[in-house]
Amino acid sequence: MQNFVELWVYLSATPLFGLTATLTVYVLAQAVYVHLGQAPWANPVLWTVVALALLLGATGTPYPTYFSGAQFIHFLLGPAVVALAWPLWQRRRELRRRALPLLAAALAGGAVAAGSAVAIGWALGLPADVLASLAPKSVTAPVAMGIAAQLGGIPALAAVFAVLTGLVGAVSAKYLLDALRVRSPQVRGFALGTASHGVGAARAMQVHPDAGAYAALALGLQVVLAALLMPVLLPALQFLSTMAP
Amino acid sequence: MDTLRGLALLLLCQSAGEALSRLTSLLLPGPVIGLLLLIALLQLPAVRAPVAAAAEPLLQHLSLLFVPVGVGVITHLGLVQQFGGRMLAAIVLSTWAGMAVAALVLRALMPAEPPAGQPATAPAEARVEPPVVH
Repeated sequence: MQNFVELWVYLSATPLFGLTATLTVYVLAQAVYVHLGQAPWANPVLWTVVALALLLGATGTPYPTYFSGAQFIHFLLGPAVVALAWPLWQRRRELRRRALPLLAAALAGGAVAAGSAVAIGWALGLPADVLASLAPKSVTAPVAMGIAAQLGGIPALAAVFAVLTGLVGAVSAKYLLDALRVRSPQVRGFALGTASHGVGAARAMQVHPDAGAYAALALGLQVVLAALLMPVLLPALQFLSTMAP
Repeated sequence: MDTLRGLALLLLCQSAGEALSRLTSLLLPGPVIGLLLLIALLQLPAVRAPVAAAAEPLLQHLSLLFVPVGVGVITHLGLVQQFGGRMLAAIVLSTWAGMAVAALVLRALMPAEPPAGQPATAPAEARVEPPVVH
C-alpha cells in the first residue's frame, strides 16, 4: 500500500498524468457518445470535463498539476484558430457570394449573444470583472481570453465561460432550432458556430457536412468580428459597471 | 511530411501574429492575425496541401482542445458557489438568444438552396470533404 501511494504521488505530479487522463477519458466519452447515437446530451466534452473534475477532486490533485500535462493539448488551441483559415479559404467563393447575409447574421448573432449575456449578468447583479469575462463567451476560448484581458475581465474565467457556452449550444441547438423550424443544414450550422464556437462547430460537423462547413465559417467570422468589435464594447461595459441594476 | 510542413506553417503564422499583435497597437489577438496571414498565404498553391494536412485533423478534434480549459472550472469554485446559478442563467439565455438571432437573420437573408446535390453552387474545388469525427 505504501508503495502504491508513493507511486501515485510520483505519477500524479508528472505531466504524464494530466495528458494521459485527458486523452483517455475523452476517448472513452467519445466511444460512449457514438454508442448512444451521438445524442446531444451525451456530449463528450461535457462528460470528459465532469469526469476529470471529479477525478481531480477525488484524488486531491491541484489544477496546476493537472494542467502541467494538459497544457500540451491546450496549446493546440492557438494553431487551431490559425487553421480555421483553411475552411474559410475553401469556402471563399460562397463567402464572397453570400457575404452580406453571412456577415449580417454573424454580426447580429454575435452582438445579441455578447450583449444579452452582459445585460442579463448585469441585471442579476454579477460583479464587473465577471461581466467583462462574460462578454466574449461566444468566441472560441483562446481568443475569448485575450479579449477578456483587454476588457478587464479574468482570462481564465472567460475561457471557462466560453467552454460552457459551447457546451450549452452543442447540447441544446437541436431542440432550439427544431422549435424555430430552421431546417437548412447551412443555417443550422452557421447558428451553432456563431453562438457556441468550436464545441458547437464540432457538434455540427458530426451531424451534417454542410452544417459543419458553415459552422467553421461562422466560427472563423466570429473570431475576427469579435476581436475587431469587442473593444468598442469597452466603454459600455465600464458605464454599466458604475451603475447598480 | 505534408502534415509537419503544415504544422510548421500554422505555428509560423501564429508566431508572426503574436509578434505583430505585440509590436503594433492592433487589438486583434495573435492567433487571429495568424489566421488572416494564413488566408493571404493560401493564395500560393504550394502551401495548400500541407495546410490541409495539418488543419483538417486539428479541426476534426477541436472539441478535445477545450477540455483542459473546461476542467479549469474547479479553480473558480468560489465564484461558482456565490454566483453559479446567475452565471449559468446569463450563459444559457444569451447563447439561445444569439443562436436564434443568427439562424433567423440568415434564413431571412439567404436565398433558399436548390435541393440536395446543388452542383451549380458548389464548385468541386471549393467543396469541403465531410470531416470524419471520431
